[in-house]
Amino acid sequence: MTEAITAAGLVKRFGKVTALDGLDLHVETGEVHGFLGPNGAGKTTAIRILLGLMRSSGGDVRLLGGDPWSDATALHRRLAYVPGDVTLWPNLTGGEVIDLLGRLRGGFDARRKADLLERFQLDPRKKGRTYSKGNRQKVGLVAALSSDVELLILDEPTSGLDPLMEEVFREVIAEEKRRGDRTVLLSSHILSEVEVLCDRLTIIRDGRTIETGTLADMRHLTRTTIQAELAGPPDGLATLAGVHDFQLDHDRVRFDVDTEALEPALQSLVKVGVRSLVSQPPSLEELFLRQYQKDER
Amino acid sequence: MTGTGQIIRLILRRDRIILPLWAVLLGLVPAGYVASFESLFPTDAERIDYATVSASNAGFVTLYGPLHGSSLGELVAWRAGFLPVIAAICALLTVVRHTRADEDAGRTELIGAAAVGRYAQLAAAVITTCAGGVLLGVVQTAAMVGQGLPVEGSLAFGAEMILTVFVFAGVAAITAQLTSGARGARSIALAVLAVAFALRVGGDTSAIGDGSTSWLSWLSPIGWVQHLFPYGVNSWWPALLALAFTAALAGLAAVLLARRDFGSGLAPARLGPASAPRSLGSPFGLAWRLHRGLLLSWTAGFVLLGLIFGGVGGSVLDIAAGNQELSDIFNRLGGSDALADSYFAGIAAIVGLIAACYAVQAALRLRDEETTGHAEMILSTAASRYAWAGSHLFFALLGPAVVLAAEGLAVGVTYPQGNLGEILGGVLVQLPAVWVLAGLAVLAFGLVPKLSGLAWAAPAICLLILLVGSTLQLSQWFLDISPFTHTPKLPGGDLTALPLVTLTLVAAVLTAVGIAALRRRNIPD
Repeated sequence: MTEAITAAGLVKRFGKVTALDGLDLHVETGEVHGFLGPNGAGKTTAIRILLGLMRSSGGDVRLLGGDPWSDATALHRRLAYVPGDVTLWPNLTGGEVIDLLGRLRGGFDARRKADLLERFQLDPRKKGRTYSKGNRQKVGLVAALSSDVELLILDEPTSGLDPLMEEVFREVIAEEKRRGDRTVLLSSHILSEVEVLCDRLTIIRDGRTIETGTLADMRHLTRTTIQAELAGPPDGLATLAGVHDFQLDHDRVRFDVDTEALEPALQSLVKVGVRSLVSQPPSLEELFLRQYQKDER
Repeated sequence: MTGTGQIIRLILRRDRIILPLWAVLLGLVPAGYVASFESLFPTDAERIDYATVSASNAGFVTLYGPLHGSSLGELVAWRAGFLPVIAAICALLTVVRHTRADEDAGRTELIGAAAVGRYAQLAAAVITTCAGGVLLGVVQTAAMVGQGLPVEGSLAFGAEMILTVFVFAGVAAITAQLTSGARGARSIALAVLAVAFALRVGGDTSAIGDGSTSWLSWLSPIGWVQHLFPYGVNSWWPALLALAFTAALAGLAAVLLARRDFGSGLAPARLGPASAPRSLGSPFGLAWRLHRGLLLSWTAGFVLLGLIFGGVGGSVLDIAAGNQELSDIFNRLGGSDALADSYFAGIAAIVGLIAACYAVQAALRLRDEETTGHAEMILSTAASRYAWAGSHLFFALLGPAVVLAAEGLAVGVTYPQGNLGEILGGVLVQLPAVWVLAGLAVLAFGLVPKLSGLAWAAPAICLLILLVGSTLQLSQWFLDISPFTHTPKLPGGDLTALPLVTLTLVAAVLTAVGIAALRRRNIPD
């Protein structure tokens, strides 16, 4: 399989500040790739280098087979980008911006635009200054998704969207994925957002890639948080391999458990009798926290 | 009003350099006039001669206002007649910056959510600006008294500045409520200032002629403050008029603020087209949409200027024809033709400088587009940096040509006896100098984008050279800094190609270096 995006050892310095410190990113053609990291990790800087808006201070980067800095204009015909904070011209309507961006990219599908406007429930006749943050984001998304391009680069695309619209967004990206000929790079700081959509993930922190692979590959990173109300004392659970941060308060128990140890842990709960059970998937923040602790050691 | 104090402190923190800078600098400018008038006209007789000619010179009256005496103080206060306009610009920009611009940026929301009253932000902006005006007035009064001028006159002279700042802080407080954006608020406030200036010019120039429309000056706040006549009659009652007007403006602004929603103007937003017209599909098409309003309003302003200047030019000749004493003086100076020529040549330099402000504003739209994130969206499409920058520069470089030509043609309407070709030529030869200032803006934008605003220093320095250069007898190298020193003085002077070609080349190099730097730098930076 060919790679739509290849970045190896990417470095970007702003004066004394190092924003990217040897970042690696490999996105295969036709896949939806999650680009994860906490705020300030360098996601947007990396994307700006991919777009030829900024020049890297070191490392190699290729985009759709070309050099993003020197071949910027030619490459941009083949991609569409939605910034994390879409800002619109105050006196242009949303519809005008969508058409303008589509034409600047070299063409867009009017029927697709109408369909997306309908699904995102966006009124294209409003002036830019009157849209809310979420609606500005929708303008950017409709413009990008109705363009006929190979690569979509979406920087935190769902920020500002309500849950209903996030769902519409997920459906639309799932359709893109089924088409098979589009590559999507999706940056986010929320793991649950990308895990439904993405084939593979790259996780970065402090400008460095700390994990990359499929979600299954990363299972070893994930722990589930279990809270339960029990009928009796949970003997032996605290010392079970893979159980961490065990807390017991009368009949309530709370602990984290490694994915491999999930089954024995649940069995030992069932043996005692379970009155209520809440399980939470690990948040990205917890994941980073753990990674951070690992680095410290 | 709760929290006004804290917001004032915040504004003072944000403006800790710029606010004292304009207040003190403007306050000190007239002090320079004292020395130069003393050295140029050491005797009473010389001052009386100068005052007699100046008081009926329509060009001078247009720029500085009416002159009714010949004492040193009166001459200085009269010569400083353009300073209230600059003080008014500083005042309205400061108010809009801390009201509407903050609201656009979402900072008002941040502060509004804290424990501050509904009117706190507006009150703080107006109070701080007025305090800047008081500082300006105090500095000016102190400087004049320090130069040995009478105290009461100096107080009236300082009050001129204070009252102008008050009134235009009030004007801006209202325009900030009318529109749904800072740019609109600034434009309307500047338009109000332009109308106030035009009314004053209309009234004052009529007063030296037949006086039929001299009442126009009383419709203008700038006219009011100049009728304090510092060092002359020291008439204080126009001050009460200005104070009452300021209070009314502030009250109206508060009422308007209470009646509108956050983030919106009084005029409701209308719906527009759902899809873009065919013309909006290229960087140029977008630039046209973004620049056309600016071009149109500047053109309208320049037509107005041309009509006024042309009308005033006509009255110069009428006065000379009707007054034996004056026409003798004019003849000594080279005849009424020569006088009209030098008047229009002088006007051309001022008009050129104003056009340069438009050029700088249009060129810096690039920086606006960058900081708002619009550039990032456009440049992530197949539009190249050259196409993007070039489409904006098209308007920054050719827009001034349009407005200058409009001004020249408008002069022809109200001054039909003049040679239209020469008058038009006189303003159009300013273009290369305008381009130099535009080129400086492009250079700043390309090389030091964060400091792009410094590009405004160039027209400011040129204005300073224009305003004080001739009185202060500054050395030639200082005058030579301004590109407007080098443009041919038409009509009347010689049309030489060398300065025009040199200025155009300088502008081209500045622009090219700026664009080349833009190609190499980060966006956004």
